[in-house]
Amino acid sequence: MNILVCAKQVPDTTEIRIDPVRHTLIRDGVPSILNPFDSYALEMALRIKDACKGKVVVLSMGPAQAKNMLMECLSVGADKAYLCSDRVFGGSDTLATSFILSNAAKTVEKLEGPFDLILCGKQAIDGDTAQVGPEIAEHLDYPQVTYAVEITAGEDSVVVKRETDTGYEKIRVKTPCLVTATKPSFDLRFPTLKGKLNARKAEIPVLTNAEINLDTNLTGLKGSPTKVKSTFTPPVKEGGTIIKEESDQASAAKAARMLSEAHII
Amino acid sequence: MKNDLLVFIETNPDGTAKNAGLELLNPGSELARDQEGALCAFIIGCSVAPAVKSAAEHGAKIIYVIDGPEYKQYTTDAYVNAAYALIEEIMPATVLIGATANGRDMAPRISCRLETGLTADCTSLAIDPDTKKVIWTRPAFGGNLMANILCPDHLPQIGTVRPGVFKKLPADEKNAAQVIPKDIHVAPEAIRTEVLERIQEAAGELVDLEGAEIIVSGGRGVGSAENFSVIRELAEVLGATVGASRAAVDADWISHSHQVGQTGKTVGPRLYIACGISGAIQHVAGMSSSKTIVAINKDPEAPIFNVADYGIVGDLNVIVPALTEEIRKLKA
Repeated sequence: MNILVCAKQVPDTTEIRIDPVRHTLIRDGVPSILNPFDSYALEMALRIKDACKGKVVVLSMGPAQAKNMLMECLSVGADKAYLCSDRVFGGSDTLATSFILSNAAKTVEKLEGPFDLILCGKQAIDGDTAQVGPEIAEHLDYPQVTYAVEITAGEDSVVVKRETDTGYEKIRVKTPCLVTATKPSFDLRFPTLKGKLNARKAEIPVLTNAEINLDTNLTGLKGSPTKVKSTFTPPVKEGGTIIKEESDQASAAKAARMLSEAHII
Repeated sequence: MKNDLLVFIETNPDGTAKNAGLELLNPGSELARDQEGALCAFIIGCSVAPAVKSAAEHGAKIIYVIDGPEYKQYTTDAYVNAAYALIEEIMPATVLIGATANGRDMAPRISCRLETGLTADCTSLAIDPDTKKVIWTRPAFGGNLMANILCPDHLPQIGTVRPGVFKKLPADEKNAAQVIPKDIHVAPEAIRTEVLERIQEAAGELVDLEGAEIIVSGGRGVGSAENFSVIRELAEVLGATVGASRAAVDADWISHSHQVGQTGKTVGPRLYIACGISGAIQHVAGMSSSKTIVAINKDPEAPIFNVADYGIVGDLNVIVPALTEEIRKLKA
């Protein structure tokens, strides 16, 4: 089974900086990591590869520095990585991003052969939209399963254990398809020394719009129906009431009384 | 009609409405008024008469009903095809969808097919007085940053809205709605997924965190899987759902479906009680929109106290059972 994993490099820290003109996040200078949900997607892909052969290719869209993150993906066992990067892609909202990535996936398929499965993290921890995966599936007209915690590969289908609001469901879906991963019971494996060395030597091709050839009216800010009007940091909560009586028992009694008087319970 | 606002009412397999949709009729009524259109709802499900009744009682003026056996259980293809067919036909100005697991599964495909914008997981909604467009306010970056989003040049404007942020309008049986059945069906072969099995969490362990009014969560301070019983007992007297921090889930004291935070569920209950949770930014991101936050922690410096309305400093293994007892007395 050949798998394409879509991965995003995201800022790691709680330190936020905003471009004052464009109201977008400035990513330069902030430590960056592989988006945790994408790391789960990658681990699921590697487990399928371990079980039934095939290859795992990683695709990312972002600035040149995202190559570091892609190298990390290669060091744990991805076979190949592509970076989709062009100024005309910058400022894309989820519709434009998914349009670019779905077409980049087709470009990669011309080089690597068709993929049976596209795996994404359920959402990136910077934007938190959870929209790009399903939108890629829509652009490609693929069936989708979101919130996967487990994937079992079959002959021409996969079985996905999906987390729902009230439990789980097991869903069989024919390939090719797209699956988004939530937090499973495992984390991404650690790189081996050999993996690290191979990753350092690997070439990470960059796909610009010269290769993907998209109408630039449909990419970047121009291709984005949603616009960020303004951003602000949420107001800090005023200090709450601290309850600390002589004994824990007394604290509990006081808390119950206060909550009851405020009609909270 | 072109100024109308359309709210998606998600249903349960028994044909009743989920709160996530009903509560959107509350902000929906204000937005519809400000954009000078009607407050409409659409219901997808099987034998949905109970949901139609609830939608009318909670304020919908026009209710579009898509009813069929193929909608009894959620599948992406059936729901997306049905919703798309309806929205494309009536072309409202605005569509609101609850940001439940299924809402966030279907909304991106619908907006993408309509080639319009979608704003995820909004916590506040308003109409821009100049343009009459919706200002969608949403947290990003784990809640550290709020963004106001506009979809100025595309229709309809669509957003998913975080469950629990808005409260249902009081039900009024006198509210009359125009009910419009829509004969929209999806062929079996168009549904490309096959549900093999549905696993509900055991009764009493229902983990509908997103729809919960009250959540009692346990973290590292709980200490063991056995000790979670004190959390469950407090939850029981309050009629609350049990949540957990990542630390408690990683320690295998409780299953991941209970996890609140960046790698778990995002919740906005009326009351959130955090027991033995230090308040790492990743946890706070998932619960900071709760109306009232109570924190119990033995470390007075724990960051959870910075977001708590009521902070109780002390040993949760004494405080939580005592609190349970006090509340039991109050309720008696």
